[in-house]
Amino acid sequence: MNEQLQLDFDKVIKTLKISEKEIQLKKSFLKKFIENGFPNRKQEDWKFLDISQIIKKNIGELSFFNDYSLPNKIDPSIFVDGLEHNKIIFINGRIEKIDFNYEDQSQIEINDEIGKNIKFDYENSLIDLNNAFTNKVYKILIKKNYSLKKPLIIYHSTNNKIKSKNVNLSLNFELEENSCLRLIDYFSDNTDKNFVNILYNFNLKKYSILKNYKLDKFRNNNLKYSFNNIEQDDNSISETFILSAGSDYFKNEVNCNLNGEYSSAFINGVFSLKENQQHEIRSTINHLVENTKSYQLIKSVLGKNSKSAYQGRIFVDSKAQKTDGYQLSKAILLDETSEFNAKPELEIYADDVKCSHGSASGSLNENSIFYLMSRGLNYQQSRELLINGFLLDVVEKITDSEIRNLVKNIIGLKE
Amino acid sequence: MDTREKDIEKLKDYKYGFTTDIENIKAPKGLNEDVIKFISNIKKEPQWMLDFRLKAYERLKLLKEPNWQKPKYPKIDYQDLYYYSAPKSMKDKPKSLDELDPKLLETYKKLGIPLQEQARLNGIAVDAVFDSVSVATTFKGELTKHGIIFCSMSEAIQKHPDLVKKYLGTVIPVTDHFFATLNSAVFTDGSFVYIPKGVKCPMELSTYFRINASQTGQFERTLIIADEGSYVSYLEGCTAPMRDENQLHAANVELIALDDAEIKYSTVQNWYPGDENGKGGIYNFVTKRGLCKGKNSKISWTQVETGSAITWKYPSCILKGDNSIGEFYSIAITNNHQKADTGTKMIHLGKNTKSKIISKGISAGFSDMTYRGLVDINSKAKNSSNYTQCDSLLMGNKCGAHTVPYIKNKNFDSNIAHEATTSKISEEQLHYCQQRGLNSEEAVGLIVNGFCKEVLQQLPMEFAVEAQKLVGISLEGSVG
Repeated sequence: MNEQLQLDFDKVIKTLKISEKEIQLKKSFLKKFIENGFPNRKQEDWKFLDISQIIKKNIGELSFFNDYSLPNKIDPSIFVDGLEHNKIIFINGRIEKIDFNYEDQSQIEINDEIGKNIKFDYENSLIDLNNAFTNKVYKILIKKNYSLKKPLIIYHSTNNKIKSKNVNLSLNFELEENSCLRLIDYFSDNTDKNFVNILYNFNLKKYSILKNYKLDKFRNNNLKYSFNNIEQDDNSISETFILSAGSDYFKNEVNCNLNGEYSSAFINGVFSLKENQQHEIRSTINHLVENTKSYQLIKSVLGKNSKSAYQGRIFVDSKAQKTDGYQLSKAILLDETSEFNAKPELEIYADDVKCSHGSASGSLNENSIFYLMSRGLNYQQSRELLINGFLLDVVEKITDSEIRNLVKNIIGLKE
Repeated sequence: MDTREKDIEKLKDYKYGFTTDIENIKAPKGLNEDVIKFISNIKKEPQWMLDFRLKAYERLKLLKEPNWQKPKYPKIDYQDLYYYSAPKSMKDKPKSLDELDPKLLETYKKLGIPLQEQARLNGIAVDAVFDSVSVATTFKGELTKHGIIFCSMSEAIQKHPDLVKKYLGTVIPVTDHFFATLNSAVFTDGSFVYIPKGVKCPMELSTYFRINASQTGQFERTLIIADEGSYVSYLEGCTAPMRDENQLHAANVELIALDDAEIKYSTVQNWYPGDENGKGGIYNFVTKRGLCKGKNSKISWTQVETGSAITWKYPSCILKGDNSIGEFYSIAITNNHQKADTGTKMIHLGKNTKSKIISKGISAGFSDMTYRGLVDINSKAKNSSNYTQCDSLLMGNKCGAHTVPYIKNKNFDSNIAHEATTSKISEEQLHYCQQRGLNSEEAVGLIVNGFCKEVLQQLPMEFAVEAQKLVGISLEGSVG
């Protein structure tokens, strides 16, 4: 694999117009990645789902070079109906279109920031891989006091031109004081057996609000990894919702640093998995100053041969008095072959805090099914009703009503 | 000449030399095959026991010391330790209580430990009025009547080799992790308990009544077997502070419960935690594991951990038999610079198995307390359930409390529920108690005892009273 990496890397460098210094930086990332390789189960963060094994089993040999010289045709059928929105379209990892038609253009700045890799303290070889291979990094800046009128949908789409490829993409966002961004990541794939690696950096200034919804609904055989790093200033709010249902493998990581007082972070997630899917959410919330708040709710419905894992970590610094941290994960196992793993972790160094976590897993309650059947539903309907009710609980946490309805439609939940 | 004699011959030529004087036997520093053979020889062990040790040693050479735990400690030089030394002779021991540290005496007084007891704990020769040996003998008679075997491990290897051979190393195999394997190679002594079929042990068994209990050394090995339909409650340790010059303690405890048997294992650990600045203190790296081998069997662990500089242990249950039950009740208190990383593992293998975990962690001063637990429900463990509750109490913002549960559910018929909270003693609670005439330390003691009630209730009666006092004393100086 290492030879392939080096060859593909040289090809990527040739296509890029970047300075020698930036090339050196990319080389150092590649070197680090080659040293560590894909993460495996020996690393604590990858204990439950071993990406290195999964790539071997599902894809085999990966190649890392993608030819981005020619544009791809945009298939408008993937667009979300019934919701006016701004668009960023990625096809096979290439940015095809950035469209902020609904907005005041003077309030949004888009800069090419390749080479300006934002550094944060994190031991993760997939981030090194991403930094080494991304060909374009845009920074989207929302100016002071501006709230986007319409949500921004980032389409992550693939077509049949790629197979057994590793696709890396990265975006940086900065929300200036008192600004607001609603961001939907919308995945639609027409390929299989690729490994997509997404890295987002968010920088939230005072009083800004970020709402990020990741919707992976359509069944496909790709493997995906997404890492969100969120830095939050005073009184800022971040809300992350993850619908994890489509890909063969999807690991969502959210690392949230609450650097400013009265900042808060919300992470809600739904796993709805079927045959042979393996998904994971790993969240780290670092409460670093006083009066910060975090809330997490993760629910799983697991079908045959599927596996979900939730690793949640709340860290409370000794300075972070009056922290409020909450974490709950629940799972319904539908089949004897399904598996649920959780590691809800608390690491607390301050005494005046309110932190708790809970985790529960089990099967559908037969008594409830019996109750519904006695009211005239058949077995299948009763089960569906119970499962929908179970998941609806998380969807209801979405604070934006337009998007909440969109998600409900996508999942097929009716009011 | 048989092999053992040959070994002895060989050892005589060993360059550091061995003294044969029974009073002062000491193996040379360091860990190697010769030392293991020496230990085995001194204890006149049969060949199979020596093989067991050597097998463990072979394995040990391949193992690395784990380092994933939260409390880090300076590297231990295993070649710089003595692995065998005979009990101290009377000459070295203090002659009377006056020679002891006054602080220690004060603690004894608070715990209400009788004078004679205090002397015994410190190895002071006791006069004829109080003869603990005779007390122990009386108990022994009672146990023999029921056919219960309760003796030291060395004695069991000599007198009941079939039982030891059959069960030793079946729960903690020689191929286990570093410290357990180290213990398998060099363990010196410990307790052995066998409860025959259908016998309910009439009293709480305690290391306390076993002669020589205080000299088991740093590598203790305990094996408890409860045969079909039997019951035993075993107490380990005591509330009085224990001083020991060995810094590393790596004991192994194996419990085996056959069909319908029940074992209750209670520990109160109050070893020297080091001084207020975190200097010295004992490393308590213990492997405790119970196997519910038979149907309807039950193993229950209760622990009160207040001592040691570093406590690193996970008393576990392997629920292999159908309908078996595992329980874990724990109070861990850390103060000053103490560190603890403790919890349990519940491995559900059999059908209808149940487990319950109640863990209470209290940290004060500059200490760090981690609950780490694993609940693993296997795909064959139909209709199993687990309930876990771990609560932490923090005193001050220099200490830490952490919870790291691992939850693995592979069975759709099974339920796992986990809850954890972290809180502090509120000003109102303190104020209320103080208004009623308690001083601040008494008030904290009262509130903390309330916090720990669920676990304290599980302890045998006499023990519980002492443990309550201990909880209060451990937190002295942490408030105000």
